[in-house]
This record gives sequence, C-alpha cells and structure tokens, in this order.
Amino acid sequence: MSLKLTCKEILDCLSEYVDEELDTSICDEIENHMNGCSPCVAFLNTLKKTVTLYNTAGKEVTIPEDVHENLHAFLKKRCSEQ
Amino acid sequence: MNDNRREEIELARRAAKGEYDAFEQLVKRTEARLYGHLLRMVNNTDDARELLQETYLSAFKNLKAFQGTAAFSTWLYRIATNHALMHFRKKKPEVAVEDLDVPTHEELKKRTISDWDMDPLQEAHKLEVRHILEKAIAELPPTYRAVVSLRDVEGLSTSETAKVLDINEGAVKTLLHRARIYLRELLSPHFEAEDLLHIEGGGK
Repeated sequence: MSLKLTCKEILDCLSEYVDEELDTSICDEIENHMNGCSPCVAFLNTLKKTVTLYNTAGKEVTIPEDVHENLHAFLKKRCSEQ
Repeated sequence: MNDNRREEIELARRAAKGEYDAFEQLVKRTEARLYGHLLRMVNNTDDARELLQETYLSAFKNLKAFQGTAAFSTWLYRIATNHALMHFRKKKPEVAVEDLDVPTHEELKKRTISDWDMDPLQEAHKLEVRHILEKAIAELPPTYRAVVSLRDVEGLSTSETAKVLDINEGAVKTLLHRARIYLRELLSPHFEAEDLLHIEGGGK
C-alpha cells in the first residue's frame, strides 16, 4: 500500500533516511517520491553532503603540540596531589 | 567486546588503583579527538585547552565510576560535554532554553533549492572549507553543537550520543535533524550550483 508522503513529511524524516534508520517500506516511499520531485532530490543531496563534509573533516584529528604538552604537565602535577 | 575496549577497561582499572602511567596512556589515546570536540563546542582555543585539562582531571578523580559498560571515550565525551555546557551556562545563564530557527517547509517552497556541484570528500580537506564548517557549527546553540559534533564529526551512534547528553534517542534525532538543516542553510551559499530548482515546481 502506498503511503503517498508529501514533501513536508519527506523533509521531516530525511535525516533518519540518510542515517539508514527507517523501515524499508518508508525508504521505498521516499525513493518513489524522489523519482518525481527534483527539489526534494536537491535537498536530500545537499543534506547528505553536509553530513559527509563534517564526517570527513572529523577524520583529520590533531592536537597542537603545546596543548598536548601543557595537558600532560598539568595532569602529572594535579593527579599526584589527589 | 573488541580488543581496544578490553585494553581501555584494563588501563582504567590500573589507573583507578593509582597507576599514573596507565592513565597517561588513556589520555594519549583520546586527547586529540576530545580536544577537537571541545574546540567545536566552545570555538576558542584557550577555553578548549582549559576544558580539556578540567575534563581529564575530573575523569582521573572519578575513574572508579567508570564501569566499562560504555567505551572509555564515550564516558570522556560525557564529562567533556558537561564541562563545555556548564561553561556556557556560567557565561550566559539565559541559554538554558534553546531554540533553533530552521526554515519551515512553507518557507522552503517559496525558495529555490539548488544542488551543490562539489565532492564533499575532496572539499572537506581544504583549509578554507574547514573554516567555513567551523564557523557554521559555531552558529548553533550549544546543545545542537554537541549533537552534531558527537554524531556527525566524532561518529558516535544515536544511542551513545543520548547517553553522553543524558537525553532520549528521539531527542537526539530531533536535535540532529534541525541542526543539519540549519547547517545546510549556512553552507548553501558557499557551494550552490548555477541550476536552481524550485521546490514548489516539482513539489508534491
């Protein structure tokens, strides 16, 4: 049975769709809707790209050397006082 | 349970008994990610540095409370996020009730929605893009910032994020969705392609 989701209903559940947290039947409905609705496709694509940008940027993890050294000096001193 | 989790639990057990070397190893394993999270939370290097120190000192004092039911890093994110949120409350107590003004579907219908002609996997490595991403996340209220940082940057699950923030999973999903829509709006002018589409034209 078709649920015939509106653009508004699609918009409300797009994050869960991107995160693959929805039931298959709702995913099928969203994909059917996307076949005929280019603005929703653009919205979905840009929402996915937003998530990918943050996800990819997060993989480059660094801590400045001075922050690292200050932290270890601070902890060595303070933890020994405990 | 994977090897990493087992090692963390063992190191935490030894650290709780007063073995400082074991604690130092735990710090080395987690400090870069935790610093990144705190920097995204407070958007200021001096504050992030101070909160990082407070977080680990607080963790050291409470090591006996670490049960090993969650990953050590998740336990640390909880301490760090609480410290960061307290930092905001100290500075601006009125931030207790937060709202985020995201466009409604009706507003979007009146606008043009365009795709971004770019590859996010390539763009995310560019320094200027990273600045744009940092600036956008800093526009979010603190709790939304925490959810995006934990879920989309640090890669925690919905359930882990809920535990860190002590809220239910439904609330995490709602906050995340609104934050992503807000960020998408802020990033759009930087990445929009020429061919604009009207949501009303094809909208159902």
